[in-house]
Amino acid sequence: MKSRKLSLVLVAVLILTVVLAGCSGGSKGTEVIKIGVIGPMTGDNSMYGTSVREGAMLAAKEINAAGGVDGKKVEIIAYDSKGDKTEAVNAYNRLRDQDGIVALVGATFSGETLSIKEIAIGDNMPMLTPTATHKDVTLNASNIFRACYTDPYQGATAAVFAMENLGAKKAAVLYNIEDPYSEGLAIAFRDKFSSVGTVTNYEGYTAKDADFRAVLTKIAAQDPEVIFLPDYIAKIGVILSQIRELGLDMIPISGDGSDGIEVDYADVAEGMYYANHYSKSDESKLVQNFISNYDKEYGVQPNALAALGYDATYIMLQAIDRAGSFDSDKIIAELSKTDEDYVTGHITFDKNGEPLKSISVIKVAGGKQVLVDKVSAE
Amino acid sequence: MILFLQQMINGLSVGSIYALIALGYTMVYGIIKLINFAHGEIMMAGAYFAFLIAITTNLPFPLVLVFSMIMAAILGMFTEYIAYKPLRNAPRISALITAIGVSFFLQNLALVIFKANPKIMPELIVKKPISIGALKIGTVTLTTLVLSIIFMIILDIFVKKTKPGKAMRAVSEDKEAAMLMGINVDRTISITFAIGSALGALGGVLYSITYTQVFPTMGVMPGLKAFVAAVLGGIGLIPGAVLGGFVIGMIETVSKAYISSQWSDAIVFGLLIIVLLFKPTGILGKNEKEKV
Repeated sequence: MKSRKLSLVLVAVLILTVVLAGCSGGSKGTEVIKIGVIGPMTGDNSMYGTSVREGAMLAAKEINAAGGVDGKKVEIIAYDSKGDKTEAVNAYNRLRDQDGIVALVGATFSGETLSIKEIAIGDNMPMLTPTATHKDVTLNASNIFRACYTDPYQGATAAVFAMENLGAKKAAVLYNIEDPYSEGLAIAFRDKFSSVGTVTNYEGYTAKDADFRAVLTKIAAQDPEVIFLPDYIAKIGVILSQIRELGLDMIPISGDGSDGIEVDYADVAEGMYYANHYSKSDESKLVQNFISNYDKEYGVQPNALAALGYDATYIMLQAIDRAGSFDSDKIIAELSKTDEDYVTGHITFDKNGEPLKSISVIKVAGGKQVLVDKVSAE
Repeated sequence: MILFLQQMINGLSVGSIYALIALGYTMVYGIIKLINFAHGEIMMAGAYFAFLIAITTNLPFPLVLVFSMIMAAILGMFTEYIAYKPLRNAPRISALITAIGVSFFLQNLALVIFKANPKIMPELIVKKPISIGALKIGTVTLTTLVLSIIFMIILDIFVKKTKPGKAMRAVSEDKEAAMLMGINVDRTISITFAIGSALGALGGVLYSITYTQVFPTMGVMPGLKAFVAAVLGGIGLIPGAVLGGFVIGMIETVSKAYISSQWSDAIVFGLLIIVLLFKPTGILGKNEKEKV
């Protein structure tokens, strides 16, 4: 009997401990503004999440150096999603419950952003994804905005560029069926291109595929002038080396997933084109300042994802500043009023939270990025 | 027709890598009845060795290849000595679980040392097409094919004509009898691991050159397919591994080229199931009654 009482007391103490611990961890800090960042920071695609984090950190550092937001310091809390949808949800829950973030700059990939979308809507979390380009990300979500252009827009622009600037009549599409980003671009490219030209092949592969010689040989038999490869560098690099090895004569075109491909794959990427968010050769003061500050901080040149992470953090913090409180509705209302110049262009949002901005087409020439054309939206 | 020939060459090249790796599975199985699940990781280690040698020295491709094969052979012998030898007389399932453990260990070791990001393999072979008539064959494809065939011939001669090769066959036939005949069984098993690992490393180096990347989990998929190849050809039989490897590479390529690239793995593994339904011992395997 005595031991039973004792165990009851123990249980009560245990419950109390948990409750108290929950209180101290869950309350929102008033002295610092916590902003969450989610993206793959290890694994095949680690460079994407790392770049976004570094861009966000740089923006926060600059804002803190200038006195913070409303006198409060900004803190960036970044969690690794490994590019995995489940991990992204875990990261989001941790940011919300444990860290008590005010707003989220993320997630990085479309897949992971879509996986946290419904939860974020439920929480009415002010959310600005710097880099998720899938069209469904902002659909029916008043709290979700994005800083980059969408997959359909990007894919269609690539198709227009192939037809008008390169004069292509026949194009092939090779995409990753397991990735919504890749598929989104592929569909948009096919639909746009086939309105005027011919899409000779529309082929898919799975994420684990490493051998493309068979499918490339098959595509080459149709003799397309361009091949559209919407994926990320790790895969595009492999495909490009096999195109080179087989000696196939077609111009590779890709989306913003190729940003930075000239670092590891300079020889095989020579002569390819890709759509991107900004160009390092842009001479505006804003862009050049960003590049030099980033270089000073991390010792490398920023890629487009770093620029988007940087822009998104600025947009978010400016909205919080204007809102003058941590109230989600007020922050969201201020986000939608954004109208300013940023590194990746002048940004305003439409009623769905889509940015209206320009798109840069870049060519890899002599192992460097060269800005070929700037296509303006609307 | 040219297109078909081109695809056949692609298939042979893919298949030859599977065949090289499958040889390691089948030789080890033949001699100690162990499915060495760590073999894919030996292949990965071979690729990392080549990567390290290539970026730290300016050695030409053949030397890089030889050194990485030797290092992988040592690694193979070492894992056998540490992990499998103490379990020689334990139940087979214990050794199998140990092999899975070794596989995870090596994978995570590579993860800790080299991090998860894929490393870009230096271009050890200049990538360009060679034209033979209307046929265009890539230099890497050709090198892979030629090297694999050369090493398979060497292996065949070694197993059939040399003393250690004879010992290997004897041990795989009957370990106790071989021991009574004065064959050093432990050393023979060691040699088998060394050769299997060296061939695995050759496959790994060629694989990483073809697909430009080296990463800790690179051995998993080719390892699995090579294992399937070994089973398909008849596990324990050297010609079976070669045949199985080429068959898998061919089916994969043909299904990518003429059916659908998304379905190629499903087709490969589906075919495996069908073959094993009708011939459980593999294409070249004989139906033998279990010895009592």
